[in-house]
Amino acid sequence: MADLPLVVPSPPRRRSDRWRGPVLFLTRSAGGLGLVLVLAAIFGAAFAPHLTPYDAITLNPPDRLQGPSSSHLLGTDQLGRDTLTRILYGGRVSLGVAGSAVLFALLVGGTAGVLAGYYRGWVDAVIMRVTDVLLSFPAVLLAIALIAFLGAGLTNLVLAIGIIYTGPFARVARAAVMTVREELFVEASRSLGSRDWRIVLLAVLPSAAAPLIVEVTLRLAYAILAEASLSFLGLGAQPPTPSWGMMVADGRRFLALSPWATVAPGLAIMVVVLGFNLLGDGLRDALDPRLKSR
Amino acid sequence: MLVFLGRRIVLTVPSLLGVAVIVFLLMRFIPGDVVTGLVGDAQDISPERLAELRRMFGLDLPVHVQFGQWITAALQGDLGSSIRTGRSVALDLSLRFPVTLQLTTMSLLIALALAFPIGVMAARYRGRWPDYLGSAFVLIGLSIPNFFLGILLILLFSLQLGWLPPAGYVPFAESPVENLRRMVLPSLSLGLILAAATARIMRSTMLEVLGRDYVRTARAKGLTERTVTLRHALRNALIPVVTVVGLQFGSLLGGAVIIEQVFSLPGIGRYALEGINLRDYPMVQGAVLVIAAAFVLVNLLVDVIYALIDPRVRYG
Repeated sequence: MADLPLVVPSPPRRRSDRWRGPVLFLTRSAGGLGLVLVLAAIFGAAFAPHLTPYDAITLNPPDRLQGPSSSHLLGTDQLGRDTLTRILYGGRVSLGVAGSAVLFALLVGGTAGVLAGYYRGWVDAVIMRVTDVLLSFPAVLLAIALIAFLGAGLTNLVLAIGIIYTGPFARVARAAVMTVREELFVEASRSLGSRDWRIVLLAVLPSAAAPLIVEVTLRLAYAILAEASLSFLGLGAQPPTPSWGMMVADGRRFLALSPWATVAPGLAIMVVVLGFNLLGDGLRDALDPRLKSR
Repeated sequence: MLVFLGRRIVLTVPSLLGVAVIVFLLMRFIPGDVVTGLVGDAQDISPERLAELRRMFGLDLPVHVQFGQWITAALQGDLGSSIRTGRSVALDLSLRFPVTLQLTTMSLLIALALAFPIGVMAARYRGRWPDYLGSAFVLIGLSIPNFFLGILLILLFSLQLGWLPPAGYVPFAESPVENLRRMVLPSLSLGLILAAATARIMRSTMLEVLGRDYVRTARAKGLTERTVTLRHALRNALIPVVTVVGLQFGSLLGGAVIIEQVFSLPGIGRYALEGINLRDYPMVQGAVLVIAAAFVLVNLLVDVIYALIDPRVRYG
């Protein structure tokens, strides 16, 4: 009797169902392409020191504002630093900030949304009103306002971007939990006397995970754009640390002389965001056929 | 309709109040209040003088009293004065508002003018080359940062072709032609990206509507494909599009902050950034409040338009 499981797990999927998602995802070339782009960006950022002979910070004025050549594939910036090297290292900042911010938003917003969806009542009302107010601001503007008062810098950048995406995560998590909380297997767990946190962790969350995974991927695209925008405005990483948005801003003054220093980091942002967008769309199609983009 | 409108307006009040509370709290609770900003790094100022300054700005009062005073003044159009210049923030914002309004309006028009045909054609020719071209436009538009698109447009149209000026602003009243020449590139930078988001939703709703029974009936009774698409499907497909455009308006306002910086346009967004660089909090607070309030009011407007297009909304 003592061994009776206190939580009824979400219903097991049929064998064919279990493989349906990954197969659909891999056979859809767009989602696969997105995955390749994202993995390439992560690889480039992680192994930057092994992929380039140059340093991202050391100045080399004699080589400034060069076009692409065999020694500098994407040219150099106004201080003679290799643009490709700075893009690789800049990926650490852009991907790191975006990843941390989305993780923050997922933990805070996701938890709030799960609580709101599971308990309903006044908990739901309070959390959703706070979410409404957060969503009443244009996202980038709220981030700018937060940084105006917190001060520029990477930690504050993560906090600001994390806070602006808390609201969307709360909404998605709440909606996902509400669709499963009335299911029989959740009710069965409850009637077996299981504690709320066990029900949420072991029964509700696994069933509500798909929309959250899709949301994480698509939010990463937004977060990279937000990080780039704020760094472009000088509110993110501070020199000499390279970040893609700041590189675009720095190169802009020399646009007529050497467009490469601006265009290359701009393209890097675009390609990585495209990767996350494709990956997110592919995951959505594979994980939740009801949401399949037509 | 009046009941719907009344209820919707009442619901807007808590949002506006919430926005005001957040803007106020940001101002009050994060290290470095107005006085610290004013004094800057001056080391020789005595604690007594600091306390006196705080009293002068009303910072010694309880927070709820401060909020009451601030919101009452704000409702009367008094957003305080810039610490650096002493000018009225409300006056400054009223001078800059037309620039941001023109930028966002022109961007919205560009977005709608492009999104409708792209979305409709992609749906009508699903799986063929207009659809693929449309999808490529959407994917690139959703992935390119607006400031980078702005710079690419400057590179092409100003530096390479020499057709348009790269930056700067001329008031419309001074020279309408020069004003438009300088607003085209900034508006395109925001409008093309909004067009991508709108075309995407336009395509998917058109596809949904084109599969409905009444569209099949319209086809069956011998109407041309053009009539079916434009007169029967499009109107119903517009409903979700209006919502998305409304929601995207927020990103347009946020984007304006960045694009005004790229093209040196003296709008509200640039005003906020100037405030940040000068650590002039009343400037930032006023600009953020005005933009956020505009966003909330636009969402109200969207709901009203929504109700006008779709009677189910107001009677539901």
